[in-house]
Amino acid sequence: MAHQEPEQHIVSYGTYVLVWLGLLVLTGLTVAVAGTDLGNFSVWMAILIAGIKSLLVLFIFMHIRYESQLFTVMILIVLFALVIFISLTFFDVSYR
Amino acid sequence: MTVTTEFAVEKHSDHTGAKIGMWLFLFTELLLFGGVFILYSVYRYKYAQDFHIAAFELNKVMGAVNTIILLTSSLTMALSIGALQRYNRKLANIFLVSTILLAVLFLVNKYFEWGAKIDHGIYPGSKLMESSFNYGENLFFGLYYSMTGLHGVHVIVGIVLLTVMLYIINKEPGSVYVIEPKRAREMEGSRIMLGKNASTNPQDIALIDDTVRRVEISVRHYNTEKTFDRSNIIKLENSGLYWHLVDIIWIFLFPLFYLIT
Repeated sequence: MAHQEPEQHIVSYGTYVLVWLGLLVLTGLTVAVAGTDLGNFSVWMAILIAGIKSLLVLFIFMHIRYESQLFTVMILIVLFALVIFISLTFFDVSYR
Repeated sequence: MTVTTEFAVEKHSDHTGAKIGMWLFLFTELLLFGGVFILYSVYRYKYAQDFHIAAFELNKVMGAVNTIILLTSSLTMALSIGALQRYNRKLANIFLVSTILLAVLFLVNKYFEWGAKIDHGIYPGSKLMESSFNYGENLFFGLYYSMTGLHGVHVIVGIVLLTVMLYIINKEPGSVYVIEPKRAREMEGSRIMLGKNASTNPQDIALIDDTVRRVEISVRHYNTEKTFDRSNIIKLENSGLYWHLVDIIWIFLFPLFYLIT
């Protein structure tokens, strides 16, 4: 009676568990890296690892990998807006 | 004599549209947190040393445990959606309840963490902070409380949302089918029986004549193991999207506050 939903991509349980394990390993890594002295680099390392973790969540848990391109484009637009905000703010703060 | 009239029921659902709507909302959340992250990064840039020292007060182990809890709750959320997509409502329930419990556990930890800090006199406007903490350290804790607090509010909202979803995916869906005038004309002269015992109770039999404009038939569905209202899947998926976003925000909060010593 209801319209047939378009066939959805169903991700295997195993994939989710693997992503979760990856996230745990990356959490361990970020804690380990924080313990070593990398100077200024440690901030970027922390952000890099957090970025990779977010991409894992975004692409697999939040299904962006299996959705239409439209979603990727929308997310990129928002991230681009954020980058503009951040860079303009720092441009202001650094040269004040 | 019984005449059977067939009628089709249209139930409109738009999977992609629903998801786009949810994502648009998530973008506003992203910009909300993005704003406070900018605030954090500017102050950290200006008071790098103070932020360093202040972060020693935070309990790294507690933060790491909460990270693991939240990551695991994201996993159970994804598994719950996966189970519902496979029409396994029982498994979806188990995983959804696990997600809610993990979220509560996260907040319990947060309560003890904040509690310990407040006991030590570290909270915005406290005597200790005003007298012996310098400006940058005060900023650090101001940001710590407001950002983890804002995140905590989102966890609470998530718990409420997921609890409502637990009810929604398990409730017996009822539907009202409406037969519009054009179709109703085809049924003219027929009778509609109301109630189970209509055949024995003439008062329950209504005749459809030209005064009838519309016939509404209310149908009660009963969930079985494999069949249930499929439109619930997209609702659970969208709730999951929210929960994963809360997880992503914590993924950034954890290293930026706990691991900068």
